Amino acid sequence: MISQAASARLPGTMSADLPTRDRRDPQPPVRHAGAGRWQDKLFEHTTRFFALLVLASLLGILLALLISAWPALQKFGLGFFFTNVWNPVTSSFGGLAPIYGTLVTSFIALLIGVPVSFGIALFLTEMCPASLKRPLGTAVELLAAVPSIIYGMWGLFVFAPLFGDYVQPLLTATIGKLPIIGALFQGAPNGIGILTAGIILSVMIIPFVASVMRDVFEIVPPVLKESAYGIGATTWEVVWNIVLPYTKVGVIGGIMLGLGRALGETMAVTFVIGNAYRISAGLFEPGNSIASSLANEFNEAADPIHRASLIALGLVLFVLTFIVLALSRMLIAQLAKGEGKRT
Amino acid sequence: MAFQTVVPRPEAQAQSLPPAAPKMSIRKLDFYYGKFQGLKDINLDIGERQVTAFIGPSGCGKSTLLRTLNRMYSLYPGQRAVGEIMFNGHNILHSRTDLNMLRAKVGMVFQKPTPFPMSIYDNIAFGVSLYETLSSRQMDERVEWALTKAAMWDEAKDKLKQSGMALSGGQQQRLCIARAVAVQPEMLLLDEPTSALDPISTAKIEELITELKQDYTVAIVTHNMQQAARVSDYTAYMYLGELIEFGATDAIFVKPKRRETEDYITGRFG
Repeated sequence: MISQAASARLPGTMSADLPTRDRRDPQPPVRHAGAGRWQDKLFEHTTRFFALLVLASLLGILLALLISAWPALQKFGLGFFFTNVWNPVTSSFGGLAPIYGTLVTSFIALLIGVPVSFGIALFLTEMCPASLKRPLGTAVELLAAVPSIIYGMWGLFVFAPLFGDYVQPLLTATIGKLPIIGALFQGAPNGIGILTAGIILSVMIIPFVASVMRDVFEIVPPVLKESAYGIGATTWEVVWNIVLPYTKVGVIGGIMLGLGRALGETMAVTFVIGNAYRISAGLFEPGNSIASSLANEFNEAADPIHRASLIALGLVLFVLTFIVLALSRMLIAQLAKGEGKRT
Repeated sequence: MAFQTVVPRPEAQAQSLPPAAPKMSIRKLDFYYGKFQGLKDINLDIGERQVTAFIGPSGCGKSTLLRTLNRMYSLYPGQRAVGEIMFNGHNILHSRTDLNMLRAKVGMVFQKPTPFPMSIYDNIAFGVSLYETLSSRQMDERVEWALTKAAMWDEAKDKLKQSGMALSGGQQQRLCIARAVAVQPEMLLLDEPTSALDPISTAKIEELITELKQDYTVAIVTHNMQQAARVSDYTAYMYLGELIEFGATDAIFVKPKRRETEDYITGRFG
C-alpha cells in the first residue's frame, strides 16, 4: 500500500518540480544565439579560405617552378644536380657548384652564428645588468633590420681586404698546417670566396637568431630557473640543462629562421663569394651560390635551356628549405623523446 | 600529527625559548628591494631538525626572509641583504660565499611545482650529478631513496622514464621535494609548498614534512595557519617586514604574547 502510494506520488512530484526549474533557469535568448552561430560560420569559412590560400600559393610556386624547369630537367636528368658544368656557350648545365656553395656557406654561417647568438641571448637574459639590457637588446634588433646590400658592401670593401691581408695568411699558417682540416684553409688569400661569404652570412643571421633566442629564453618561468639554482646548479648548468630543453622548439625555430635567411641570401653573398662555378677543397677559393647565380645571370639568360637551368636551381633552393624544415621537425621530435613521454 | 595545538606541551606553554641548537642564526637582518626595505632587523634562530614556520599576511616579508636563507635573491640585481646569517660557522651573506655550494646544502621547494623538462628519473639525477659522481647503480639507488623519502616511489617506479611534467600537481610537488632531498642537503626551505595543491596532496606533503624533520632542518612559509600549527615546532609571525613574535608553535597559537599575533591567528586581522 505504502509503495503504491509512493509510486503514485512520484510522477506528480516530478511534474510539479519541472515548471519551477523552468521558471528559475530561463532559456538563453534564441535569436542572439542564432546570429552568433551565423557569424561564427562566416568567420570560420573566411579564416579557412586564407589558410588554404597559403597552401595554394605554395603548391602554385612549386608547380610553376617545376613547369619552367622542366626543359632543363628533361635534358640533363638527375645528373643536373650532381654535375659541375656551367657552360652557356655549349648549353650544358649542371648545378652542383652553386648547390655546394649554398650549403657550405650556410653551414659556415650556422657554425659561427649559432654559438655567438646563443652567447648574446644568454648574456642578455641571464647576466646582463638591467641598465644595459634595453640598449643592447635594441641594438641587436636594429642590426637585424640592416638591409643585406649594406652587409654586402661592407663585406666587399671593408671586410674582404682586411680578411685577405691579415686573417687568411694567419689561418693558413696555423690551422692550415693541421692534417685533414688544413686543406680547407689553403689557397690564395684574396679576401673573397666561400669562407668570406659564410662569415658575412653569419654576421647577418646573428641578430635574427640572437633576438629569437633571447625572446624564448625570457619565457622560461623564473621559478623553474630558481629551482635549478636551488639545488646548486651554476648559471651554465641551468641554461644548458633547464633553459635550453625548455625552449628547444623556439631555439631550433630561431636557428631555422637564420638558416632560411642564409640559404636564400642573395645580394651580400653575390658581392663576396667570387661567382665562379667551381668546387674547391679550400674555403678561400671563390665559389657560387644558387641565389647569387640567379641574380647574376637571369637577365642574360637568353637561351631557354639556360633559363630553365636557372629555374631548376631555384627549385633546388625551394626543396632545400623544405628539407631543412623537415629535419628540424625530426630533431624536435627526437629531443622530445629524450625528455620522456607525456602520457 | 594533526591538530597539535589542541594539546599544548606544558614546557612549551610555560615559555617560548628559542631553539636550543640553532642550525641557522639570523641577526640584524635588513633586506632591500632597491630602495624599499623588505625586512627590518630580523633576529631569529632556526633549530636543527625542527620545523620553523613563517606566517603573516601577504607582503609581510616571509617569502623574502626564506629567499635570503639560500641567497636566491642574489640572482636579481638590486636586491640585497645586510646583517648576518650564520650557517655552519659562516656568514652566508658574505660576498665570498660559494652560492652553488650553499644552495646544494640549503634546498628549496617552491609554491608551484617546477619539474624540469626531463624524465622523472633525470629530474632527480640532475641535481645529484652536479656534485657527486655516482655509478649508474648508485644513481638508481639514490633516485629510489629520494623518491621513497618523498613518498613517491610507489607511484613513480613504473614511469621513471616519463616526463616529470606528465605527473599530477601533487605528484609534481613531491617530485620537487624528492629532487631537493636527493642532493642530501642539510636544510630545506619550503615556500608555500601546498598552496597550489588539493587537500589530499596537501595532507600527504604535511605528513612528509613531519617525516623529513627526522633528518633535515625545515623552514616553511605558509598562508595556512592550521598548516603551521600542524607541522611546525616553532613559528615566526611577521608583519610589514618585521618579526613580531617568534616562539614555540604551541605557545604562539595558544597564548601569543603580542596582541598583533593574537589578532592575526584568531582571524580578526589578515
